[in-house]
Amino acid sequence: MTAPTPTSTTAVLRLHPHAGITRRRLLSAMAASMALANGACSPPSRREAHPWANLPEAGAGALPLYYATSFVRGGYAHGVLVGTQEGRPIKVEGNPAHPASLGATDAYAQASVLQLWDPDRSAVARRRAAGAPPGASTASSWAEFEQAWRARPRGGLHVLTGPLTSPTERALLAALLAREPGARWHVHAPGADAAAAEGTRIAFGRDARPIWHLDRARCVLALGADPFAEGPGAVRQAMDWARARSAARDAGALPAALLAAEVAPGLFGARADRRVALAPARIEQALRRIAAPWVPEAGTPPATDPAVADFERRTLAALHGAGADSVVIAGPDLSREAHALVLALNQRLGAVGRGVDFIPPPDAAPDAGTLAELVDALHAGTVVTLLVLGANPAFESPGALEVASALPRARLLVHAGLHVDETAALADWHLPLSHAYEQWGDALAHDGTASLQQPAIAPLYDTRSTSELLALLADDPQRDGRGLVRRQWQRRTRLGAAAFEGFWQESVRSGVIANSAFPALALPAARVAPLPASAPPPLVARFASDPATHGGEYANNGWLQELPRPFSKHTWDTPLLMGPRTARRLGLGTGDVVQAEVFGRALRAPVWVEPLHAEDVFTLPLGGGRRAAGHVGDGVGVDAWPLRPVDAALAPLAITRTDARHAFATTQKGFSQEGRELVRTLPPGAALAAEPARAALYPPFASPVHAWAMSIDLDTCIGCNACTIACQAENNIPVVGRDEVERGRAMHWIRVDRYEGTADGGSRFQPVPCMHCEEAPCELVCPVGATVHDSEGLNVQVYNRCIGTRFCSNNCPYKVRRFNFLQFSDKTHETLAAQRNPDVTVRDRGVMEKCSYCVQRVARARQHAERTGVALVDGDVVTACQGACPTRAIRFGDLNDPGSDVVHAKASPRHYALLGELNTRPRTTYLARVEAKE
Amino acid sequence: MTGDSPWGLMAEYASAEDLVGAARAAREAGFRDAEAYAPFPVEGLPEALGFHGSKVPVVTFLGGLAGGVGGYLMQWYTAVVSFPEEVGARPLHSWPMFVPVTFELAVLGAALAAFVGVLAMNRLPRLAHPIFDALDFELATRNRFFLCLRTDDPAFEPARAAALLDATHPLRRVEVAR
Amino acid sequence: MSRPAVSHGSDVLRPGWGYADVTDKIAGIVLTRRPGRVWVGAFFATLAGTLAYLAAMGVLFWKGVGLWGIRMPVAWGFAIANFVWWVGIGHAGTFISAVLLLLRQKWRTSINRFAEAMTLFAAAMAGLYPILHLGRPWFFYWIVPYPDRMNVWPQWRSPLVWDLFAISTYLLVSALFWYLGMLPDLATLRDRARARWKRVAYGLAALGWRGEARHWARHESAYLLLAGIATPLVVSVHSVVSLDFAIGNTPGYHSTLFPPYFVGGALFSGFAMVLTIAIPLRHAFKLHDFITDVHLDHAATVLLATGAVVAYGYAVETFFAFWSGDRFERAMVVDRWTGVYAPWYWLMIACNVALPQLLWCKRVRRSAAALFALALAVNLGMWLERVTIVVQSLHHDYLPSAWGDFWPTAWDWIFLLGSISTFAWLFLVFVRLLPAISISEMRELVKETS
Repeated sequence: MTAPTPTSTTAVLRLHPHAGITRRRLLSAMAASMALANGACSPPSRREAHPWANLPEAGAGALPLYYATSFVRGGYAHGVLVGTQEGRPIKVEGNPAHPASLGATDAYAQASVLQLWDPDRSAVARRRAAGAPPGASTASSWAEFEQAWRARPRGGLHVLTGPLTSPTERALLAALLAREPGARWHVHAPGADAAAAEGTRIAFGRDARPIWHLDRARCVLALGADPFAEGPGAVRQAMDWARARSAARDAGALPAALLAAEVAPGLFGARADRRVALAPARIEQALRRIAAPWVPEAGTPPATDPAVADFERRTLAALHGAGADSVVIAGPDLSREAHALVLALNQRLGAVGRGVDFIPPPDAAPDAGTLAELVDALHAGTVVTLLVLGANPAFESPGALEVASALPRARLLVHAGLHVDETAALADWHLPLSHAYEQWGDALAHDGTASLQQPAIAPLYDTRSTSELLALLADDPQRDGRGLVRRQWQRRTRLGAAAFEGFWQESVRSGVIANSAFPALALPAARVAPLPASAPPPLVARFASDPATHGGEYANNGWLQELPRPFSKHTWDTPLLMGPRTARRLGLGTGDVVQAEVFGRALRAPVWVEPLHAEDVFTLPLGGGRRAAGHVGDGVGVDAWPLRPVDAALAPLAITRTDARHAFATTQKGFSQEGRELVRTLPPGAALAAEPARAALYPPFASPVHAWAMSIDLDTCIGCNACTIACQAENNIPVVGRDEVERGRAMHWIRVDRYEGTADGGSRFQPVPCMHCEEAPCELVCPVGATVHDSEGLNVQVYNRCIGTRFCSNNCPYKVRRFNFLQFSDKTHETLAAQRNPDVTVRDRGVMEKCSYCVQRVARARQHAERTGVALVDGDVVTACQGACPTRAIRFGDLNDPGSDVVHAKASPRHYALLGELNTRPRTTYLARVEAKE
Repeated sequence: MTGDSPWGLMAEYASAEDLVGAARAAREAGFRDAEAYAPFPVEGLPEALGFHGSKVPVVTFLGGLAGGVGGYLMQWYTAVVSFPEEVGARPLHSWPMFVPVTFELAVLGAALAAFVGVLAMNRLPRLAHPIFDALDFELATRNRFFLCLRTDDPAFEPARAAALLDATHPLRRVEVAR
Repeated sequence: MSRPAVSHGSDVLRPGWGYADVTDKIAGIVLTRRPGRVWVGAFFATLAGTLAYLAAMGVLFWKGVGLWGIRMPVAWGFAIANFVWWVGIGHAGTFISAVLLLLRQKWRTSINRFAEAMTLFAAAMAGLYPILHLGRPWFFYWIVPYPDRMNVWPQWRSPLVWDLFAISTYLLVSALFWYLGMLPDLATLRDRARARWKRVAYGLAALGWRGEARHWARHESAYLLLAGIATPLVVSVHSVVSLDFAIGNTPGYHSTLFPPYFVGGALFSGFAMVLTIAIPLRHAFKLHDFITDVHLDHAATVLLATGAVVAYGYAVETFFAFWSGDRFERAMVVDRWTGVYAPWYWLMIACNVALPQLLWCKRVRRSAAALFALALAVNLGMWLERVTIVVQSLHHDYLPSAWGDFWPTAWDWIFLLGSISTFAWLFLVFVRLLPAISISEMRELVKETS
């Protein structure tokens, strides 16, 4: 058959087409893939793939082999480097050459490697016999599907995809549609901000997508938006902001003013100098008053709340001060008219071309229909064959559409995806897709930059990439994924064979097509439409995708489920959020279970009273309550999709309380600092009082060669949690599950603490890894010397010597030690073992563990230096948390190297040690957060 | 001595005073190895028999000394010589932290020495002894007091010994077979 | 020729008792008295509890300490609290035998034997917990210094290592002291027993003791020396145990007050347990002539005195928290008063400070019933004190972000009740197999009071 050259891996799996991955088969598959990476046979082979040779990001401490590829979320590419060991992808780093990453990643990208090894991934084609109940499918094969496809009834082909930016996939899709008269393509983008798109149409009469340059702005106003967390450019935006802020700080200039009016607390709002929590309608009123000087035609509703008035006054002052260096960012909570108004405001402020550029939307699909149109077609009976590619409409769709009941109306329903999900259960055929790190492909970044995908491992199962599948469906002569992508770019570039080869190798090696970002559009003067004046309903439902599972797509990812949500610190749940006054009015408290009703559709869900949440509005999470996600994600949280209206992110809501209660599993109970100076703050330009020199009873032990230390900048930390997951991936940290988290046994080595900030409800984040105290209290009390100091100042934990007295944890003032109270590391799912870092011991029941400063990376770097004779230089050792951090808040290095980044950091006037008065002499220290004086 | 001669000659008394008196008499009569048995430690009895000062205290002291010194050296050797490690930035030879174990081991050494010492000097355990077969002797652990003149005592002469014991008005006088 | 001695009585021994009577009375309890219905019932009940305890240990070793409510930051829970509680109880026996012996207290004679037994059993119960609470209990011997392939040794700066030496030394020395003192009585049982197997058994245990004057002399001096050694040992053991906390830097642990305060608490709980046992024992075996109201009175007085030491400890701890100006210490004390564990704390104050004040009145000190109830209350109070120190101090320490509450699971309670049941079972066996009162010393007492 003409699938990718059968590798030993896939061959092994084909021997037993009957699904389910057994231990033996997996092991042989793994053995095969190891052989692949080491040997020089089919994908990923040195001949075809082009490993990232010299990795500036992780230097000498890096893994043996990296592949530059792209992690695609919501259709957009995030450039990553997939680190492999023994041929197994085990860790993801950001791709420094990629505009959406610049070397950093978000939590999703870090967790993507677990998605690759997810034991619940679909491994084989499945068919459901006619008339069989949903989900009652049996294992089949690609060959059988190909026959069925050939024999399918002609005409009435409809294809449903998620947002699609891949040039190759779109070309192949176009070819497929062209072959079939009357074929139709529909796009369903559950996470997309429809109002924003419509707003640009109102303002400019065309589709356009803003590209924010937060490094150029001196005033950023976010309205119902979170530029640090939302959208494909979030990591880049956070990084731009942080870089500019550090530069300004070092130059003694005032940092850019950040202002936020938001419904639910967001990362940007937490970092803003001024923040107000408002219901969407009131945000829009505030917007009109703020925009009035520049866009008077939008009208100025009378001010009401004094607190809001104060916010508006300061905002106006900031906008006037920054003038053309301002940007105003509107988010999904605003109406399309408000978006248009914001676009006009930016334009008249003079921000366009400075703080913001507009490009054609990389995922624009003018010729594609919507999900609603597809449902109509299904009801009209005009859909003969329906292809669902990489989408899960049976779960991720507004309840009003009744998609699940409409889908079976297609005579032949084919679903392709990573999992046998809710849609697959309804399909006649389910086809297993390859994971991004198993395939050749391409996709566009938020700024339109074309990014390539190359496999870091041969497909674990008998899977196809989307383009290979499309080629098969379109009966394309070329069936090999790599061939398809090459052909696409050959046609695109029109280069000669030799020239193309060079271009190809360079592009695959770096993961990006050089200079392929979209050019900025020249746009006409923006027009504004009158904003809806209708009074908002007393209680509004606002729909937002769960920050951990991204609308349910990653529900089966244990790392993400167990990742404490930035503000509530709850895990394994999707509560309804609301403000404190609203809660009091409705007589509700955190943990009460309510009945939420929108347009007659009801949902029972627990509520969480979030002090930072706006009043008179509930945030309903999208992404909980999966029914066919897998053994991890099924039944976690509640599913608010059925309540979501078809065409709006907001809806009138009715709440009735029930007697039921619900216990949340949280990792942090209180958010007050109890008057203790834990997160220190200081006004711009100020310096902290120097730490008093503290006497030591004994002479210190010297670290003659290296003295490793870390510095964490609380001024640029945005609390995004990327470090926590990066650490989890690097150090084989187990997932303990909801109940154990509730019992206070979460295992994260670096936790991100949140404390209440200033009166206006800001938040202060503080990542807390092991402090590696020079006078470590934990070491003193260990009866067997299982935790001791090494010659480079690391406080090391000797797992195989630990007998589990837990005295070290009691004696740790920072409580950064984690104990395996039970057998936490998963021994039942074989694929998970393949993800684990072979350089890090997998801890069993009964031993203590904690942050090791990624000692395995330190060791690799040392060995590299010994091997090559080249002395270590600053940046050779990058800890996992440091590598992932989008704002570069974490710095790690050698105190004996006077030129090192960390030495400079510790010389800063903002430098301080957490609980310094205890005189444990921590090697991990902090830089105070700069806050404009109230 | 020949095989059939008895092990000793034993008298039984009802009160400690009688026994002490008898013991003193025996000693004055030149008996060195007379043995007195009582259900509890009788004041003045050992002295009456010519027993002065037990060696137990010396043994105990030596045991304690050995335990303490040995204990400290063990800690010093393991922490400084054999397995030196940086622990909480404390010096390898953190002597203040070695005190508790040193003390406990000194106590242990002393206690063991005292216990072993007393048994050894008393030639215990000795489960079989001629005296156990003597008439009434089981009362030695209840309410009766006994004085036994051993035949292997240089001063022992059957008729004289019997006369001596009779002079102390015992409840009974018996021969203790070998 | 003089008559056999007969006691003319004293406040620690009623008149009319001779050597033979005390011997037969006490030996009779072991040799001739048939077990009563109460004893049999209690025996099987506690035996069942003991077996359940062993089964629970099996589950624990199989699953891990995660069965308990411990968590981060409260990594120590009931196991350590129970350990400290039992060690404390285990202090009274040796204190009575050793210290009162040196102080020539006559009232010691009739209670030291079972008090020592109580000490041994309590120390044994205590000794189990440090092993049970380990994450990997099968490696507990790594704390013991022994030459091994990896050439690793214990970390001598850790109080847990000191614990090992203190507790094991204490167990061993108490056992030797107990056994040495019992040798003559074992000989008595050997000579009183009728059944051959009993004669053999007691004979072997008695090591051929025959009560020769010189033996008695050495025995006395050794016994006195052991008493002299055991006295500082008693003080050292609970001081070392207290260092498990005092060496740590957690507010509520880190206090120089701990050693004396713990020793005081140990005697407090120990004497409470002595009364808890003596009163039923005297009732069950009609020992009112040997264990008189004077004994109870004296024990109660010690209880009152040590209770005062404990109360002083609480006061000083609180005072220093505020006087030191350390905000973490202050917050800890305030949380103790008002936090989630406040009810435990105030119940502890009621049991350990308020109630013992009743002992100022002689009628309470002389009333067996009142003392028994009071002793139970003190036992409870001292257990609560251990739990408060271990758990409450940890649950709110330095970083509020890491705070968390410990709540016991069913397993926590099983492991507490199991040890109590095993302790009771051992004691029931003891009173039937060995003389609960020192016979030879009672004979001495007869002599002295005749």
